[in-house]
Amino acid sequence: MNELVFFINNVLVAGSVSGSIYAIGAVGVTLVFSIMRFAHFAHADMMTFGAFMVLLLTSVFPGAGAAFGVPTALVMLPLAMALTALLAVGIDRAFYKPLRAHGVKPIVLVIGSLGVTLMLQGLIRLFAGTGGQSLYVDDRKEIFRLPLPIEGVRVPVVVTEPQFYLFVLTIVAVVALHLFLSRSRLGKAMRAMSDNPDLAQASGINTNTIVAVTWVIAGGLAAIAGTLLSLDVTFKPDLSFFLLLPIFAAAIVGGVGKPYGAIAGGFVVGFAETLAVFNWSVMLRPFRDSLPEWLLQSGNLAFVGTEYKIVVPFFILVAILIWRPTGIFKGKVI
Amino acid sequence: MPLLDARDVHGGYGGMNILNGVNMAIEADDIGVIVGPNGAGKSTMLKAVFGLLTVNQGVILLRGEPIHNLPPNQLVARGMGFVPQENNVFPSLTVKENLEMGAYLKPGNVKRMLDNIYGFFPPLLDKRHQPAGELSGGQRQMVAMGRALMAEPDVLLLDEPTAGLSPLYRNEIFERVREINAAGVGILMVEQNAKQALAIADKGFVLAAGQNRFTDTGAALLADPEVAKSFLGG
Amino acid sequence: METKRADTVAEPSRFPMREVVLFAAVLVAVLGVYAVMGSAYSTRMLVEAACYAILALGLTIQWGYAGQFNAGVMGFVALGGFCAMFFSIPVNPAFWETELPGELGRALLYMLGAALLVFGATRLDRLGVPKLLRTVIAVLLAVVLYLAVINVFRDVTGQIESRAGFIGGLGLPVGVGWVVGGALAGGVGYFIGRVCLGLRSDYLAIATLGIAEIIKAFLKNSDWLTRGTATVSPLPWPVPGPSELGFTLARALYLSITAVMIAVIFFLLSRAYHAPWGRMIRTIRDNEVSAAAMGKDINKRRLEIFVLGCILMGIGGAALASFNSIFDPQGYLPLNHTFLVLVMVILGGPGNNLGTIFGAVAVYIIWIMSAPMALFLMDMALTLGAGLGWETPTNLDSRALQARVFVIGLLITLVLRFAPKGLLPEKVKHHG
Repeated sequence: MNELVFFINNVLVAGSVSGSIYAIGAVGVTLVFSIMRFAHFAHADMMTFGAFMVLLLTSVFPGAGAAFGVPTALVMLPLAMALTALLAVGIDRAFYKPLRAHGVKPIVLVIGSLGVTLMLQGLIRLFAGTGGQSLYVDDRKEIFRLPLPIEGVRVPVVVTEPQFYLFVLTIVAVVALHLFLSRSRLGKAMRAMSDNPDLAQASGINTNTIVAVTWVIAGGLAAIAGTLLSLDVTFKPDLSFFLLLPIFAAAIVGGVGKPYGAIAGGFVVGFAETLAVFNWSVMLRPFRDSLPEWLLQSGNLAFVGTEYKIVVPFFILVAILIWRPTGIFKGKVI
Repeated sequence: MPLLDARDVHGGYGGMNILNGVNMAIEADDIGVIVGPNGAGKSTMLKAVFGLLTVNQGVILLRGEPIHNLPPNQLVARGMGFVPQENNVFPSLTVKENLEMGAYLKPGNVKRMLDNIYGFFPPLLDKRHQPAGELSGGQRQMVAMGRALMAEPDVLLLDEPTAGLSPLYRNEIFERVREINAAGVGILMVEQNAKQALAIADKGFVLAAGQNRFTDTGAALLADPEVAKSFLGG
Repeated sequence: METKRADTVAEPSRFPMREVVLFAAVLVAVLGVYAVMGSAYSTRMLVEAACYAILALGLTIQWGYAGQFNAGVMGFVALGGFCAMFFSIPVNPAFWETELPGELGRALLYMLGAALLVFGATRLDRLGVPKLLRTVIAVLLAVVLYLAVINVFRDVTGQIESRAGFIGGLGLPVGVGWVVGGALAGGVGYFIGRVCLGLRSDYLAIATLGIAEIIKAFLKNSDWLTRGTATVSPLPWPVPGPSELGFTLARALYLSITAVMIAVIFFLLSRAYHAPWGRMIRTIRDNEVSAAAMGKDINKRRLEIFVLGCILMGIGGAALASFNSIFDPQGYLPLNHTFLVLVMVILGGPGNNLGTIFGAVAVYIIWIMSAPMALFLMDMALTLGAGLGWETPTNLDSRALQARVFVIGLLITLVLRFAPKGLLPEKVKHHG
C-alpha cells in the first residue's frame, strides 16, 4: 500500500499540479486564438511577467500576508493579475493591433509574438537577473502531510501549501470562466465573435472591446498560472520556454478555440508527462515474487528520463496532428 | 425626408469600383427591393450601406445624417439592422443566445423582444436551447432575421433572404418581411426571386453594371415590358 | 496588376542603387571593425557571418519563398554541428577495442527489431484482426518492447560512459560530416514537414520550436554520444589550422571555403527560383487555391522546399561548429541560433537571396559588436556616474547582455510593422 501512496504523491498530485498550470495557460492561448486567430507565443512570458510582478510586490511589502493568514504572494496576486492584464492589452495595442490593421497573414502575428517574447524575456532578465528566486520572501512554505487511515501505510500523502492554493484557484478560475462565458453578456459576445466575427460586428458588438477583454482574461489567467508555478518551485525568468510547448499541445489536444477542451487538454498533457517520467519499477515491488527476474533487475522502468520530459508534449502534439487535427473537442483547425 | 437616402454611390473592394453611381431612397414604411443580373452590384450596394466596404464617392444618409464609411456597430446603434446572405448565425451559440446578441447594444430589450420574436417565428421557441448550427436553412434564416430585429431597427437590410430555401419557406419569409414592414420597419432587400419580391415592393431598383437601370415602384417595374424582358426572364 | 507588370518589365535596366548603397555600408562597417578590432578578430567575425548567411538562406527559402515559418532553426543547426563533430574527430580506441561496439550494435538491432514488430502489429488488421484489437495489441506491444529496449540501451550507454567516456568520432574528412549533417537535418525536416505542412503554418512554428528543444535535450544528455555538457573539442578544420598558418591566414582560408559554398548555393537557388519549380513555389505561396486548381501537388512542393531549407541549416550549422572547433550542445540557444537568423532574414528581405546575405552580414556585425559597445557605454556611464557620486550597481555588464534579447525582440516587431518586406524586398517578376 505504501507503493500506492508513492503513486499518489508522484503521479496524482504532481500530474494535477502540472495539469492545472497547463490548463490555465492553454485556456488563455485558446481564447486568444479564437478571437484573434493566431498562436500567441508570448503567452508563457506573460506568465513569467505575472510571477515577476508578484515577486516585486512581495519584496516591497513582505509582511502583507500575515494580516490575512496567507502567504504574501497570494495577497499580491490580484494586483499582479491586473498589471499583467494591463500589459497584455498594452502589448496588443502597441504590436499586434497595427499588424492586424495591415491585414497581415496570421503567421506574421505569430512572428510578432515571438518578438514580444524576446522583449519580455530581456526586460525580466534585465531587472530580475537570470537566477531563480523564491516567492516566499518572508513566509514559510507549509507542507501538509495527510496520513491515510489504512493499516500498514507508513507514508503520508504530501501536498504543499502552494499546490493546495493552486488546486483551489484552478477550480475557482474554471468555474468563473464558465459562468462568464455562458451567462454574461460580454462572455456570450466573446463566443459570438469567435464563431463569426463579421456577424458579431453586424450585431453591434464592438470587436475592439472584445479583443481587449480577451487580453484581460488571458493576462489575468497567465498571472495566476505563473505565480502558482513559481510558488511551487521557484521564480525563474526562463521558465517560459519549457511551458510553451506543453501549453500549445494542451490547447491543440483540447481543440483550438475550445476553452473547456483546453482545460481537459491541460490535464491530459500534465498527466501524460508525469506518467511518462514515473519510475514504474516501484509499482512492481509488491508483486516481486510472481514476476520474472529480468523485469525486476532493472531499477529504472520510466518511459523517459526527466531530462526528456519535453518529448512527451511533443509526442502528444504530433500524434494528435496526425490522427485528429481538430483535437478531442472538435476545435478549429488552425 | 427619406429614411435612407443613397446618392451617386461609388465604391468597391481594394480600389476597384463595383458601384459606379447608385441612387436609391426609401421612406420609413417602404419595402425597397434591389434586383438585377449577377455581378450588378446588388449585394455590394447593401454592404456599402452597412459600412462593410469603402464608399469612394457619393453620400449615404440615414434620416438626413451622413453614415457612409461608419463602422457597422455604430450603424446598429443608429437603428440599422443587417442580415447577411451566408454565415448569418453564430453556429455554436444557442438560438436564444443568437437572439440575445442581436440586442447586444440594447440589453434592456432582451426579455420583451425575445417573447416578440418567439411569437413571430414560433419554430424558434422549441429550438431555443439548440445550437443554431444544427438548424435547417429556413430556421437559420428565421434566427438571423430575429437576431437583427432584437435591436428594434428602423431599417432592416436583407441580403437574399430566400436564397437556397424551398418554395414553402420562401413564401413564409416573404410573408414575414411584409409583417415586419407593417410593424413600421423600413426594409431594403436584395432578391434573386425578382418577381415575387417586386410584388411586395414599394420601391424597386434594377441595377446593372453598378448603376441604376430602372427605378420605380414595384408594381410599375413589374408592368414595364422592358424590365420584364431584360431582367425578369420574360 | 497591369501597372505593376509594366514596372517590372522596365526594371532590369535600372541601376541597383539600393543594393550598392547597402552593401557599401556593410563594407564600410567591416573595414571599421578591421581597423578597430584587428584582422584576426574581424576575419573570425566574417567566417561566422558567412556560416549564418547559409542558415539565413535556408530560412529565407522556407519563409520567403513558401511562407513557412520555422521557429526551430536551432535544432537543425545543432544536428549539423553534431555530424560535423561525429564524423571528423579521431576514433576513440577505448571504445572500439572493447566489446562495447558489438553491444551497442546489438542494442540498435533490438531497437530496429522492436520498431518492425510494432509496425507489423499495426498491420494486423490485414490479417483479419479487428481494428480495435489491433490498436490495443500494437499499443501494448509498443509499450512493453519500448521499455525492454530502452533498458538494454541505457545499460550499454551507461557502460560506454563509464568505461570509454564516449564513442568518439569516425576520423573521416570534415566535408563528410557537413554533407551528412545536411542530410540528417533534411531527414528531421521531412518528418516534421510530413506532419505539419498540410495544416496552417502556426502548427509548423509550434512543432519546429518543440523539435529544436528535443534535439538539444538529446544531444545535451547523451553523454555516450556527445560527451554532453563536457563538450567535444578540438574539431578538425577542412583547411590548415591556425597553428600552421596563424590566425588571420587560416581563418581567411576557411572564409574562402564558406564563400564558395554561399556562391554555389546562391547560384543554384537563383537557377531554381527562375525555373518552373520556383515559379510554382511562389504561385502556391501567393495563391494556394488557384495553384491547387491548376492541379499542382501543393503539399509535395511545400515539403520539398521545407526539407531543402533544413538541409541548408544543417550544412551551415556543421560549418559553424567546425569553425568554432568545439561541439557544445548547451551552447545552442534559441536566441543565437533561431531568432538571430530570423532577424537576418526579415530585415534583409525574405525571399531575396541577396537581401538575405546582406541581412546576415549586417545583423551579425551589429550582434557581435553590441557586446563590446554595450560594455563601453556602460563603462562610460559608470565613470560618469562615479564622478557624480552615484552608487555603482553590481553585475551590470552581465545584465547589459540581457538587453540584447530585448533589442532582437524589438527589432523583429519593428521590422514586421515598418518594413515588412525587408530592406531589399523580393522582386516579384511576372513571367508571361
